[in-house]
Amino acid sequence: MAEATASNHESEHQTTTGLNHRKILMWVFLGSDCMFFATLIATYLVYKGKSLSGPMPLDVFSIPVTTVSTFVLLMSSMSMVLAYAALRKGSLKGYRTWILSTVILGSTFLGFQTFEFYEFANHHVHIDCINPVDLTDYEQGLFDKNCKDGVDHYDAQHGLTPKTNLFGTTFFVLTGLHGTHVTIGVIWLMSLFLYSFKKGGVTPERHLDTDLAALYWHFVDVVWIVIFAVVYLFGVFEGFPS
Amino acid sequence: MTTLLIPMIKRPLHPTGIWNWITTIDHKKIGLLYGATAFINFLIGGIEAILIRAQLSGSNADIITPEVYNQLFTMHGTTMIFLAIMPLSAAFFNYLIPLQIGARDVAFPRLNAFSYWVFLAGTIILHSSWLFGSAPNSGWFSYAPLTSVAYNPGHGMDFWIVGLQVLGIASLAASFNFIVTIINMRAPGMTLMRMPLFTWMTFITAILLVLAFPVITVALIELMFDRSFGTNFFFAPAGADPVLWQHLFWVFGHPEVYILILPAMGIVSEILPTFSKKPLFGYSTVILAGAIIAFMGWLVWSHHMFTVGLGPIPNSVFTITTMAIAIPTGIKIFNWIFTMWKGSITFSTPMLYAIGFIVTFTIGGISGVMHAMSSSDAQQQDTYFVVAHFHYVLFGGAMMGIFGGLYYWFPKFSGRMFSEKLGKVQFFLLFIGQNITFFPMHFVGMDGMPRRIYTYSGEMGWTALNALETSGSILVVISVLLFLHNIVKSWRSGEEAPGDPWDARTLEWSISSPPPEYNFEVIPEVHTVDEWWARKRGLLGEQSPSVGSNEKGEIHLPQPSFWPLVSAIGIFIGGYGLIYSYPVAIVGLVIMMVGVYSWSFEPVNDPD
Repeated sequence: MAEATASNHESEHQTTTGLNHRKILMWVFLGSDCMFFATLIATYLVYKGKSLSGPMPLDVFSIPVTTVSTFVLLMSSMSMVLAYAALRKGSLKGYRTWILSTVILGSTFLGFQTFEFYEFANHHVHIDCINPVDLTDYEQGLFDKNCKDGVDHYDAQHGLTPKTNLFGTTFFVLTGLHGTHVTIGVIWLMSLFLYSFKKGGVTPERHLDTDLAALYWHFVDVVWIVIFAVVYLFGVFEGFPS
Repeated sequence: MTTLLIPMIKRPLHPTGIWNWITTIDHKKIGLLYGATAFINFLIGGIEAILIRAQLSGSNADIITPEVYNQLFTMHGTTMIFLAIMPLSAAFFNYLIPLQIGARDVAFPRLNAFSYWVFLAGTIILHSSWLFGSAPNSGWFSYAPLTSVAYNPGHGMDFWIVGLQVLGIASLAASFNFIVTIINMRAPGMTLMRMPLFTWMTFITAILLVLAFPVITVALIELMFDRSFGTNFFFAPAGADPVLWQHLFWVFGHPEVYILILPAMGIVSEILPTFSKKPLFGYSTVILAGAIIAFMGWLVWSHHMFTVGLGPIPNSVFTITTMAIAIPTGIKIFNWIFTMWKGSITFSTPMLYAIGFIVTFTIGGISGVMHAMSSSDAQQQDTYFVVAHFHYVLFGGAMMGIFGGLYYWFPKFSGRMFSEKLGKVQFFLLFIGQNITFFPMHFVGMDGMPRRIYTYSGEMGWTALNALETSGSILVVISVLLFLHNIVKSWRSGEEAPGDPWDARTLEWSISSPPPEYNFEVIPEVHTVDEWWARKRGLLGEQSPSVGSNEKGEIHLPQPSFWPLVSAIGIFIGGYGLIYSYPVAIVGLVIMMVGVYSWSFEPVNDPD
């Protein structure tokens, strides 16, 4: 069945541009998806700094943790390239190794994201009222309100959820929809991995199947780089309005 | 894998009867399905319009309650735009694009079937809101915060959100398909600048659509999250700015206006040269003007928001950009007129519609330039003047073009001729009826009659003109019924149509009516614009190809499939799940996944 399709594909489609239909479809889809993320990021930027109450990015973001998860996702793009290269060379074993690595790295990124969401939702504020150091604006507000005479420390949970403020709303929906894209990518790559065990399922001649998944995967990676810069880095470094 | 997932279901290799339609992936059948469904929607939207007109026919009328009135104008707008005009255009895309570019089908025949079934799912979801007790009621652009749970409890808005989201999937899938088809499936020799005008306008429309729909998708997601999960996107007490909704909606909404009108412009650009026996005047200019309109369509959205208070600078900028759109539009109108100039014109029904289109669309365009001026718009915003304007461009423009196209290609669709006499009567009834309906709206609008009010006092002096409008709308109803009569009767027992009844110019007329399943026996080679005309007239010189070559090669057509339908059913169930119960949504998701996986592993052709 699969072989028959492969030969059909090669012989039947003489296209105007010489490119495969599915490849053009993928590029058009990615162009469309750009507008999808552009709208979400625009919404985030419009509401940046407009939250009426905390927690704010400075309170919850942990740049080292997100840097690691960003690194993991970037490495998954590299293993994706290696998987495709292995397939073109005809090494099914190499293909399986690298495509599984990509799945694991992608899943690790999703694990980081889940961890991060959980941490933000259970954000805990601890203020030493006697000797306060490095308070964020939000913590300063809590300090002023709660650190009265005779109180030596303030401890309370101030979680960030999509309902908490505009920052929570825009942050969770933007990164959540990106995470959904990553999840779809992981499922797609996992399907290719499993399909490679079926005889003739994944072959060098049918490299386009993997090529399309790779295009999608790299796109989702690039979007994350934009999100990491615009949401995380601009969110914590001075000089950018918070 | 197919066999792994659902071993019982066999591919329908030779379906018969109704299964032939349910599993079809033939672009012509899908086009007919689109057309029939969309025309039924047009009738439903028409019934809603007539109820509105009945309520407004006299002052202080009491035919419809205010609550139902709100639902009627919301559903009328939503139905006409998303369920009637867009899919009627899609019906033409489906049927004609492969024929015009000399292909045997679209690039992704199963995706094409999927688009139709998802469109049908969205149609049913939206209309069913009436049956579930509350239709959407906040207008077709549903401004925040009117749409929040606090001001709009009940499920009406949820139906609107989910329905539009589902329709968006259908439109996006179809547009991806047509972009790839037009880029990649043209017959040998058909360069971009030899493509028929309708194909060009389809191409531009599809590009607009894939860029504009993601914006409304995100806006709808945000609205859905606000309603269902308590987020703050449009919740002013949390510091949100409800004007964000207006921006997102109109960044989508204005390109959407051109998504509605460009296909009709393409249709008119096909009809006029055929019945004037002249090539289209300024072929490349008309294409360029279409492309410029599409590009400029992104730079004008705030003219819907002149009275929001954005300030003098944005209002001035958007006044200028909006007025500038009149330039490419004017170029098109003059090119159409010059096409007819000194032509030998046949005033058949499609031609009458094309000329009617130019007249009424120009009137709508002129009132558009009037409220492009932000200072002038302050007087006209939310009055019947605006209602007059957009009915002139959408009914007098888009629908006139579509009616013209339906007549023009009816012989191709059905293999029969329609009654020319009835067609002409129908045209004049519709043309007069719509002008009586919509023209007085300019006057009551200028006089301050606000849109979306369910009644008005007799002292306002609007009663006579409103009664006139309602009488005009009755003429429109009669003419639409006459159209249906003509179509149904001609389809059954009309005179048999030849392949090329109009002595037309483009490739779809070079084959029989209706076309065979494989369209072209031999894929044609294209040498010029209006290839078919050039061949008939022997304008191609010595290498002129023989007309109607008979050497029949082996033709492989893609085979029918269940999976597009299964995937669409998943989306349909999932849609109701999102409105009423999330576990049901998961069931829908699972069905969709089964459909998508089975589809992915199903080859284009199984060994027969």
